[in-house]
Amino acid sequence: MKHLIVVLCTTLLSSICLALTPEQRGLEIAIEVDRQDIGFGDSQSNIVMILKDKYGNERTRQMRNRTLEQSDDGDKSMIIFDSPGDVKGTAFLSFTHRAADDDQWLFLPALKRVKKISSSNKAGAFMSSEFAFEDIASQEVDKYSYTFLRDDKYQNTPVLINQLQPKDPASGYSKLEVWVDAKRYIPLKIDFYNRGGKLKKTLELSDYSQYLNKFWRAGNWTMVNHITGKSTVLKMQDWQFRNGFDDQDFNKNSLSRAK
Amino acid sequence: MDANAGNLSLTERYAHFVTSRPWLTIAIALAVSLSMMSGMQRFAFDQDYRVFFSEENPHLSAFERQQKIYTKNDNVLFVIVPNNGEVFNKQTLAAVEEATEQAWQLPYVLRVDSVTNFQYSHADGDELIVEPLVSGAEQYSAETLKTKQSIALTEPNLRGQLISEDAEITALNIVFEMPQVQPEKELPELVGAVRELQSKLEASYPVTVKLTGVVMLSNAFFEASMKDQQTLVPAMYAVILLVIAILLRSATATLATLLVVFLSMLSALGSFFWLGGKLSPPSFSASTIITTLAVADSIHILVTLFEGMRRGMSKVDAMRRSLVINIAPVFLTSLTTAIGFLSMNLSDTPPFNDLGNITAWGVVVALFLSMTLLPALITILPVKASKKRNRVSHAMDAIANFIIAKRTPVLIAMVVFSIVAVSGIKLNSFDDNFVGYFDTSIQFRNDTDFANDNLTGIYQIQYSLESGEDYGVSDPVFLAKVDRFVEWFRSQPEITHVNSFTDTFKRINKNMYGDDNSYYRLPEDKALAAQYLLLYEMSLPEGLDLNNQMDIGKSSTQIIVTVTNTTSKHIAEIEQRGRDWLLHNTGMSSYGVGPAVMFAHISDTNMRSMFISSLVAILVISLIIMLVLRSVRLGVISLVPNLLPIAAAFGAWGYLVAEVNVGVSMVTGMALGIVVDDTVHFLSKYQRARIEQKLTAEAAIRYAFSSVGVALVVTTIVLMAGFMILAQSSFGMNSGMSQLTSVAIIFALIIDFLLLPILLLWLDKKDYAIAAITRANS
Repeated sequence: MKHLIVVLCTTLLSSICLALTPEQRGLEIAIEVDRQDIGFGDSQSNIVMILKDKYGNERTRQMRNRTLEQSDDGDKSMIIFDSPGDVKGTAFLSFTHRAADDDQWLFLPALKRVKKISSSNKAGAFMSSEFAFEDIASQEVDKYSYTFLRDDKYQNTPVLINQLQPKDPASGYSKLEVWVDAKRYIPLKIDFYNRGGKLKKTLELSDYSQYLNKFWRAGNWTMVNHITGKSTVLKMQDWQFRNGFDDQDFNKNSLSRAK
Repeated sequence: MDANAGNLSLTERYAHFVTSRPWLTIAIALAVSLSMMSGMQRFAFDQDYRVFFSEENPHLSAFERQQKIYTKNDNVLFVIVPNNGEVFNKQTLAAVEEATEQAWQLPYVLRVDSVTNFQYSHADGDELIVEPLVSGAEQYSAETLKTKQSIALTEPNLRGQLISEDAEITALNIVFEMPQVQPEKELPELVGAVRELQSKLEASYPVTVKLTGVVMLSNAFFEASMKDQQTLVPAMYAVILLVIAILLRSATATLATLLVVFLSMLSALGSFFWLGGKLSPPSFSASTIITTLAVADSIHILVTLFEGMRRGMSKVDAMRRSLVINIAPVFLTSLTTAIGFLSMNLSDTPPFNDLGNITAWGVVVALFLSMTLLPALITILPVKASKKRNRVSHAMDAIANFIIAKRTPVLIAMVVFSIVAVSGIKLNSFDDNFVGYFDTSIQFRNDTDFANDNLTGIYQIQYSLESGEDYGVSDPVFLAKVDRFVEWFRSQPEITHVNSFTDTFKRINKNMYGDDNSYYRLPEDKALAAQYLLLYEMSLPEGLDLNNQMDIGKSSTQIIVTVTNTTSKHIAEIEQRGRDWLLHNTGMSSYGVGPAVMFAHISDTNMRSMFISSLVAILVISLIIMLVLRSVRLGVISLVPNLLPIAAAFGAWGYLVAEVNVGVSMVTGMALGIVVDDTVHFLSKYQRARIEQKLTAEAAIRYAFSSVGVALVVTTIVLMAGFMILAQSSFGMNSGMSQLTSVAIIFALIIDFLLLPILLLWLDKKDYAIAAITRANS
């Protein structure tokens, strides 16, 4: 009998177990989303960033991204800029942490020096795009508290809408609403609410592909700022996994060697 | 004469219909005006200061182009005045921190800049620290406060902009992006929230807050208009009530007139809203102007009515006679008045197009109601004529006798007066400072004057300098040019502040060399500068991006020059001087833009277009007069009393005020349409006497004085009163326009009474006399 309840609770976790509060349910979803990505090891991809304003002005930037999974902390990642020409070779290194502020460095090839970037600007814009540093950092379960809102459909796909409230007061947001694919447990859309509680930005993730038969990666990230009318599209292409990266590839010394 | 007889019979038939079917007439009149009035429920007010500029305005389009490249400048300057006169003490800084934090929660906010969140960069070992200048001030020691003060006062981005040079006053610059979806709700919501923050801050800290900036300017336009509507319009009705009651001494006639006036105003505004119009301060004054103009028609009809009744005619007969006599001149004066106002359509300032059109339509509606509702109401309501003949009537005879007797000295006096008055025109100069538009009863004016006097200028000129390539802003050659331009501007006497990214570049360069002051200079390598820029940008917190100083491609940079409180002419001159210097010394061309520059040119642009439209109006009105009077001679003579009052009024303005704003420049067309009425009434009565009664010029002048003299004096009093009331407007475009118009109206009466008769005696003597003799002989 006891066995039966456990089975019921685990298999019909999402809809039947009435004992779960919205907070517990929200946390369960976040954990499940996080679990989907455990074990990818490392990855790299090419990124094309397209900056647009509401008047049709548009600029393109090119960069490459390398990420190394950490089992006991947030991921380490490096972004190397390829264009525009004047910043070619500039490289950005970040260590995401589960609880503490992230560490960030920038290598300036013209100065041949590595400079640390203040860690208090997580809400600041990454490369004058509509993405804040906290939007592109690896998402850690501990950084938010959760409330499950409702089941819904998004572009004909059943979704679970989960509300995230950042624990860090330095975050630029009062809350996030995440549309999570109910089957694949990947985010399809995120609404970001500013500290005044107004909808500020919307991120849509599309062109998902599955790698290594397990890990889903979105090929297209479109962030729209509803206040300024500006938007940024990140096109992430040529995903490669299991590149054999290690911690030596993600430190201040490796920054200046990154090409 | 035959054609006239045909017309008369038509008007007689009409007069008969109106007085025999009064209920039907009232029903039709009310149905027509109520259908127009129902548009009032679509009431809308345009609060954006840009409404003063047409879409083709070159200064506006240049400004809009620049607003699409850089962060907009729709701002509130939130000026914080510490009661103890010290910005750098714990309490004041805590207030600034609190205000900065709270300001980010305001609706539509885009960015907030203050001395506390100023992104102060400095070196710490290998780290570039970019952090708020002040954070947690309540824990600061006296020494820290001192350090922060000296940093703020040496920072070119802050000093003279967000912190006064004596460190006694500081300000937040809050920038908004208005969605413009429901503009009539967005601005009040925003201003309400800003004021709430103001009172909260004043309640919690020993500080006083003053509010200025472009958002508050737009709001002031709205508040000034609303204030005017609440004070001026009731005053206007009180005056009309008084004048008519005294003149007519009849409660019902007064009531009927008020109804005509009220319905005319609401019908004209209602029609405007039906067509999707939005009011603005100048066009809102149409309500007062229509009220004033609409009275005139009723007065002419009622004066003739009571004159007939005093002679012993029945009420209905007297009304029929009055309609027959007045239809033609009232129609004609309404037409010319409408044409005068329609001439405002050539103005480059859309609110004046609206003002002209609404008023012209109001005049037409007033004509319609005076010909339908008024006689029908008089027919069914009990009306009694007072027995006494007005004292003014006796005065009219005296004036006529005086002029005829002393024609030569009066003519000389009038010629001298005209020459002296008109020669004052050249003393006028344009001035359109948008702050000066508001009088001191408007808080915006006081707060802005305070900021201007104690912190920073409110007038800004924005130059966009283009390098021609992406990331060109980091090109050392380009940067050197920008720097020279900035330094040159800083050496100009009228400049309080110049905002430029070159200062930040110099500071970062210094930071990169361990804060060594000898490196406070522009980076000399393009790639290095570009990478500094990237590093700095990556270090900035949310909202404080560089888009207010650079375009998204980093190919151009914006220099914002703040000018001391000065005349609009001077602002235009400074803009030109900057543009010329830039071209001659760097080869770059850039056009300084901004609200101050737009307003600096508004009168100039309008005066030019108004000159043409006034000429057209004069031509059309003179042609109509010639056509109706069937006399080229009288048409030509009428030019003198039509044009001279306006020229003399502008001259008097030159002696008394000398500053012409865009409202004043509108006066030509509208005053023309109004003053011409006096001439039309006088000439039509004069001509009727000479032709129908075969009187001499002298006798015809006496006749004209006795028949329309009173009505002209009364309408002039009403018009003067109306425009003098509007002259009390807290909004300078309206008050200036009204003051000058009332001067033109009084001059018109003087010239019609003192100069026109003498011109007629002099120039119109022969023909009629010979014609009369010839006719007598035959």
